[in-house]
Amino acid sequence: MPASSRASRLTLRAAALGYLAALLAIPVAMVFYRTFEHGLGPAWEAVTTPAAQHAFWLTVTMVAIAVPLNTIFGVGMALALVRGRWRGKTLVSAIVDLPFAVSPVVVGLALILVYGNTGWIGTWLASNGIRVIFSTPGMVLATVFVSLPFVVREVVPVLREIGVEQEDAARTLGASAAQTFWRITLPAIRWGVAYGVILTTARALGEFGAVAVVSGKIEGQTETMTLFVEQRFQAFDLTGAYAASVVLALLALAVIGTMTLLDRRKEN
Amino acid sequence: MAIDVRNVSKSFSGFQALDDVSLSVPDGSLTALLGPSGGGKSTLLRVIAGLEAPDSGAVLFSGETVTTLPAQERGVGFVFQHYAAFKHMTVRDNIAFGLKIRRRPKAEVRDRVDELLALVHLTGWADRYPAQLSGGQRQRMALARALAVAPRVLLLDEPFGALDATVRKELRDWLRRLQEEVHVTTIFVTHDQEEALEVAQQVAVINAGRIEQTGTPDDLYERPANPFVMGFVGPVSRLGDAWVRPHDIEVLDDHADGAIEALIERVARVGFEVRVESVLGDGTAVPILTTRDRADELELRPGQIVWLRVHRERAFAA
Repeated sequence: MPASSRASRLTLRAAALGYLAALLAIPVAMVFYRTFEHGLGPAWEAVTTPAAQHAFWLTVTMVAIAVPLNTIFGVGMALALVRGRWRGKTLVSAIVDLPFAVSPVVVGLALILVYGNTGWIGTWLASNGIRVIFSTPGMVLATVFVSLPFVVREVVPVLREIGVEQEDAARTLGASAAQTFWRITLPAIRWGVAYGVILTTARALGEFGAVAVVSGKIEGQTETMTLFVEQRFQAFDLTGAYAASVVLALLALAVIGTMTLLDRRKEN
Repeated sequence: MAIDVRNVSKSFSGFQALDDVSLSVPDGSLTALLGPSGGGKSTLLRVIAGLEAPDSGAVLFSGETVTTLPAQERGVGFVFQHYAAFKHMTVRDNIAFGLKIRRRPKAEVRDRVDELLALVHLTGWADRYPAQLSGGQRQRMALARALAVAPRVLLLDEPFGALDATVRKELRDWLRRLQEEVHVTTIFVTHDQEEALEVAQQVAVINAGRIEQTGTPDDLYERPANPFVMGFVGPVSRLGDAWVRPHDIEVLDDHADGAIEALIERVARVGFEVRVESVLGDGTAVPILTTRDRADELELRPGQIVWLRVHRERAFAA
């Protein structure tokens, strides 16, 4: 191999790794370093305060509601987009991508406009004693909205690729629509669904903007993990902010780890 | 079970796939739908299976209308060109699928699957996945899967189209024997005229959404209804207003009554056959099929001038 091409290859590698280090590895490592700077004790204390625990469980609740909802919606929508024959498919497909394009803050404000006390549906809901904004339902809505497209976008290409032949075969063998879905379609798209679920989980865990706007950030009530981090940071409790960040980072790493494991199994 | 297709039309967003098609398939027969790709033959098969609903017309099984009956209730076995194997299931589970849907007892399912595995020579492969099988094995598995539920009709859509020539020939013979054994009314789609003429008892030639002709392989070859059928079921050339097959032309080395002068361009010896490409004075290309003995006798070679005498020709009303 000529020396020049080898040198350019090394330069390219160094540049890529340097970029990654400067943007990702060093900051994340710093968070870990600062958290455990004074040992495990302070960090453990910081993440076991009632407010921190509440934030953790609230985040888990958001994920536990948003992920199943978006999985069911995502698979259904993907089926409708790929297998259905109806007008306006292109438009609906574009609308599904909206959460990717719209800033989460705008999403939050939009939800307040509709579901707030003076909002459109909010007025009616309030008169029936249901509070959406500054409460869990609003935060769930915001989380569901921002993590909506992932399952759809992962499943659509897989559905396209597997085609309709297997489903047609199942039909001629006597399977009903439901039997065909559970026994043929779902097993065939399971990897796409799994990826979608993982990405949705990651997005729901990390959501900040939309939830911040609709939650009102009431400590111990409507504060998720990400909001808790910000609140601790602004209160100059750096240990608390870093420790909570580490918890979020560990959750994210677990998600990425699962994805890598799935990847290996898929290749086998 | 006899199948009747009556005046069926079907179009897909402006494209007329089937245009007033009628077809009768006798009980227990083996029928081929033959035609160029895009001609509508697969659509016709899917309409019979209930996988597509016709825009108009009717489909009858044993005289009963099934036009609106969904595919899962028609009792058809369907074999797809690309096998449509259930990739996440073993060969055994693939074949058992229809029986499990029908909630047959476990022991019965197992016995029936074993029987079918033996029938399609896949006994040792029951626990493999489709990805571990060759194309021919996958297609045999798909056939067993379709036969498992004892279908009233067996429908095959270009079943051997994705296989290589040897396997294709083998499976073709095997299908014909199987059909004689099981005696299920069978319709298969093909664009290969040799396959259709060799395997089927009845052939329907379909082109541009219409049936050009239905008949026995002999009918189509000897008494084609129009130039399209004549050209599709075998090689043909046009001499004036008449159509001639390459084996109905005799090559002479001297002028004779009614013979036409031609120049030999190419001579290809394929086993016992000799294929001669010749060209007339007006530029018409005329392929000729003759025997090795005759070619040797005349010492046929490129550049030679010969005379062609037509033994049999067909003219079609304009």
